[in-house]
Amino acid sequence: MKKYFAMMMAAVMAAACFTGCGSSSSTEGTEGGDGATTEGGATIVIGGIGPLTGDYATYGISAKQGAEIAIEEINEAGGVNGVTFQLLFEDDQADPSTAVSAYNMLMDDGMDVSLGAVTSGACIAVAEESQQDGILLLTPSGSQKECTQYDNSFRICFQDPDQGTYSAEFIKDNGIAQKIGIIYDKSNDYSVGITDSFEAKAAEIGLEIVTKQAFTDQSNTDFSAQIQAVKDAGAELLFLPIYAQEAAYILTQADKAGLETIFFGVDGMDGILEKIGAENQALTEGVMLLTPFAADAQDEQTVAFVEKYKAAYNATPDQFAADGYDAIYTIAAAFEQTGLSSADDEGFNEAMIAAMTEITVDGLTGTMTWTADGEPSKSATAVVITDGVYKAYGLE
Amino acid sequence: MNFLMSLITNLISGLSLGSIYALIALGYTMVYGIAKMLNFAHGDIIMVGAFAVIVSVTSLGLPPVAAILISVVVCVVLGVAIERIAYKPLREASPLAVLITAIGVSYFLQSLALIIFGSNQYSFPKIMTFSSITLGGLTLNGETLTTLIVTTILMIALSLFIGKTRIGKAMRAVSEDKGAAELMGISVNKTIAVTFAIGSALAAVAGLFYGTTYGFINPYTGAMPGIKAFVAAVFGGIGSIPGAMLGGILLGVIENLSKAYISTELSDAIVFAVLIIVLIVRPIGLLGKKTNEKV
Repeated sequence: MKKYFAMMMAAVMAAACFTGCGSSSSTEGTEGGDGATTEGGATIVIGGIGPLTGDYATYGISAKQGAEIAIEEINEAGGVNGVTFQLLFEDDQADPSTAVSAYNMLMDDGMDVSLGAVTSGACIAVAEESQQDGILLLTPSGSQKECTQYDNSFRICFQDPDQGTYSAEFIKDNGIAQKIGIIYDKSNDYSVGITDSFEAKAAEIGLEIVTKQAFTDQSNTDFSAQIQAVKDAGAELLFLPIYAQEAAYILTQADKAGLETIFFGVDGMDGILEKIGAENQALTEGVMLLTPFAADAQDEQTVAFVEKYKAAYNATPDQFAADGYDAIYTIAAAFEQTGLSSADDEGFNEAMIAAMTEITVDGLTGTMTWTADGEPSKSATAVVITDGVYKAYGLE
Repeated sequence: MNFLMSLITNLISGLSLGSIYALIALGYTMVYGIAKMLNFAHGDIIMVGAFAVIVSVTSLGLPPVAAILISVVVCVVLGVAIERIAYKPLREASPLAVLITAIGVSYFLQSLALIIFGSNQYSFPKIMTFSSITLGGLTLNGETLTTLIVTTILMIALSLFIGKTRIGKAMRAVSEDKGAAELMGISVNKTIAVTFAIGSALAAVAGLFYGTTYGFINPYTGAMPGIKAFVAAVFGGIGSIPGAMLGGILLGVIENLSKAYISTELSDAIVFAVLIIVLIVRPIGLLGKKTNEKV
């Protein structure tokens, strides 16, 4: 009941905007997710939740901005089946309880599809709620296993443990190194999950882990002891399944300590260039990241996206932005698959969820299909940072 | 031999961490020794000082020396202002009220920095570069050496200042008995203001060295080192200036050695366990004095 009321309010407000602006026919998706509608057309409201302030703000901002660009593109092209999309985005500061209140707020605002939350912990909390409401949840970047534990939840990014597995395979297959050191954040589920799966895979395929060093969120500025241990162990490659902020400290301190390994990170380390700052850029030379998105890739889709993103936000998009962009296109593709004409149609939620396993989306982060478990299937590649830009591995 | 080498390297890393703690602890202990209050905002003044350097160098394009001076001035003004606005009205209040206020000021400074600078990490400009010294396979970090030297000089200067000058004498008098000092014609308010000015100037120096050593600053930068430095000050005997230096260095070395040889996750627990043991055996801290002359 509440939802219908909210939908009506949204429709009334959109109509008011329409007369107020005096515009006639074109559709406009505007930044910040203001109302957008075609004449007589319906709107699907997509609710995004992510950290826009706080320690992890870069992730939420990137995902939101990437999603906004996709919304704008789809609406400019006339929407899907005559239906346009609208993005509402709430800040959760990467905190699960804040994310749940943001979710409830978005439900009151008439959300039809949830972008879940950008960070894993928040996403798990939101998934719990969305499962009760039965709406489709598609998280751009909630990578922890539990984010997609319910039938209604899917994700764009890889599941955490998969990143560890893919990383080990990638290192082995390309003959990058044999002796591996690991520094990970023991107080962070994300980091622990990847470390575990990396170790398991490494043992299976015969990579040697010479040392495994931990830190916690209480001791994440001084890494001299861990770096010394990696140095003593004679590692050729240092695997860093951690976030960019800590990685920036490790890179600078490793340089001072004279540690000369290859550094290999996963998606959490995306954003390292921004974190480490322009004057330390030299330290990132040769750093490898397992990521499905490289902003300098030369395919038409990426080039167009990067150009639009730079024009709109004066920044280079990272993987989170690409994830956000792909999430919107995936929702649009799923809606197209359902053949419905609006979100109010009977069985919209069920049809959307069913459509997820039937579609193939050719996105920025690869060509994706989904299993009923909510996991995407796409190929993993790595990028190598060269002169401060991501280059696809093998092409740098 | 290899073990020995890595042990020495870990000791040196601990020394580097400890010298930063010592530098911060100096300001803590000095304010406590004289004003008899725990200025929990001390760590955040360090963050403000570091940001002042970043803004001066990166945004205003000023030379390093000017940036350092600006940072010191900003911190001194801020420290005195905090004392005047937040602590002075509570001069007669219970120590607990002052303590809570200090925590409030700490959060206020963090939030203010968060509003102004956002939550992003800022890289600290390379305004001082020190070449490292290599001794037979061992690398001694230039920054560590400089931090240690500067901390030692400041420690001696501070002790001399408090022991030998007229203002220092006034400070000791205020620390012993505010009422009696007032009767002897000493302006308690002025003396405490000077104490905060010096304490904050020390915080600015600490911010400078913290920035140079770790390279990154964010609004929460000051919080954890602030707490650790407080522990260092208690460890060494709060109120005692040489104690702060000794406490800081020991804390850094213990922390780093436990990280290297026991457990990275337990290092903080070990540090605090050592503190508890020291306080059980010697409640006044390593170099604390039993008399009222805690200066």
